[in-house]
Amino acid sequence: MNEAMAFVIATPLLGAMVAAVFPRQSHWLGVLSLILNAVAVGLLLAFTLSQGKSTMVLGGWQEGLGIALHADALATLMLALTACVALAVSFYATGYFHNPRDAARFWPLWLLLVAALNGLFLAGDLFNLYVTLELLGLSAVALTALGGKRESIDAALRYLMVGLLGSLGYLAGVAILYTAFGTLDMQQVGDQVAVDPASETALVLMTGGLLLKTALFPLHFWLPAAHSNAPAPVSAALSALVVKAGFYLVLRLWTEVFPQAVPEQGALLLGVLGSMAILWGSWQALRAQRLKLLAAYSTVAQLGYLFVGLALLVITPAGAAHDLVFGAIVLMALTHGFAKSSLFLAIGVVQQHAGHDRIDHLDGTSQRLPATTFAIALAGVALIGLPPSGAFLGKWHLISTSINGGQWLLVLVMGIGSLLAAAYIFRVLGHAFGEAAFASRPVNNASAEWPALTLGIIATLGLGLGSAWVWPFLGGAA
Amino acid sequence: MLDASTLYGLLGIFLASLGLHATILQRDILRRILAINILGVGVFLVFIATAYNGPGVAPDAVPHALVLTGIVVAVAATALALALQRRLEMLRRESDDE
Repeated sequence: MNEAMAFVIATPLLGAMVAAVFPRQSHWLGVLSLILNAVAVGLLLAFTLSQGKSTMVLGGWQEGLGIALHADALATLMLALTACVALAVSFYATGYFHNPRDAARFWPLWLLLVAALNGLFLAGDLFNLYVTLELLGLSAVALTALGGKRESIDAALRYLMVGLLGSLGYLAGVAILYTAFGTLDMQQVGDQVAVDPASETALVLMTGGLLLKTALFPLHFWLPAAHSNAPAPVSAALSALVVKAGFYLVLRLWTEVFPQAVPEQGALLLGVLGSMAILWGSWQALRAQRLKLLAAYSTVAQLGYLFVGLALLVITPAGAAHDLVFGAIVLMALTHGFAKSSLFLAIGVVQQHAGHDRIDHLDGTSQRLPATTFAIALAGVALIGLPPSGAFLGKWHLISTSINGGQWLLVLVMGIGSLLAAAYIFRVLGHAFGEAAFASRPVNNASAEWPALTLGIIATLGLGLGSAWVWPFLGGAA
Repeated sequence: MLDASTLYGLLGIFLASLGLHATILQRDILRRILAINILGVGVFLVFIATAYNGPGVAPDAVPHALVLTGIVVAVAATALALALQRRLEMLRRESDDE
């Protein structure tokens, strides 16, 4: 069933084209193609669970010449995250855009974004990754600009510049690798990489470009504006999925292509930057006046945990402890994907209902929107890393690995980060549960509220209780 | 000493550095869009220069194909940047009129 790989990329891509041709039908065409995409991802997940890693070379060319797709445990888990979040966001989006012209603009770009993400997770060659990165960046920028306001356009333009700079850095690295090793295939390059100037320069250029795209502190300057000024469904996708794509690539490059060339100082640098991202992002989230800005800064902080995890992964020698850290990183990335999309969709409901998202004026939200407030609380549990969320297990393993390795500073940083996260989440909930001056009847707007609620439940309960199979799955594929 | 391939490669690195410098330091959006294009051209030039296999030998075709793809992407990205810039300028004028 590994032909499902081709369908995983083809269905959203075809959907995007058909939705662009028939703008009036675009919403159900979009939902339909993402349902088909989810089915294909489900088949691929089942196949990878039973058979392990599989490879498909498109068009019958031999590997190295044709475009090779690889589906291993990590790639399929990211595809599954994308498929679930994309479906929830799509159901939410069908009711979000009231102006049919906005809807007609949203769907083709949104499907293109999903196609680019799926292509990126499956790509096995460095140049295909560049193409999917650019496709992802361009569709994400266009979606950000859909807000139409001056702030949205301004943020989109800055996002585009940063994205282009990042991908050119990546491309320069690819050029060096091709010149040095004569191949673009990730495995073949990985077999030849050594501690030499070409590999080191390529590593620096590619990692630098991707860190800019992933918004690791201090390269996060563009993220809060872009993520907080986009329409709610777009914010959810940007924060939950698009920044993850950059992290996914860094993770793959550092563990599969460059493990020989990564210097110890590289891990130290990522650890320091990740720690600063946790502290700075959480602090800014606590100070934010608007809900969307809070959620965006929380993404900066959560990306910090992933990079701290990667730093720990690099310094942990291969073995059981190494696999544990790897599983923890993946689990945290998945949990954050579900939790943050849930949070942004819930904020979208609050914003459309109240007409604003200022945190100080949220009093009474729990009475008016009980289901959405519950979704925010569930997402909050996962963002703080409380049990039984998936992030709790992830953080637990990261902290215990830091203690075993004597990395006390990291333990301190992750502790402070969790406390700050608890503070910013409870600040929101404190206002939401406050008494409103005017008592109003609760609203149940099921079609807008259930996507956020479902994503929150998956983040907190699904991934926490169902995470037992993540480790053997990841370990079996490595 | 300095063969054509190295010369073009160095030229590409020079152009890329020039573009990078201006992309980061320029405030004007149009200049930044131009600068990032120059940066792109520099990277492409380095890539093309590596394809040279010496006189009389066919150059490696792969970098050429890749750079062609890169140029297509750069054109699309520039178009998007210009469209956003125009919209921003329009919104700015509207808010100034008010």
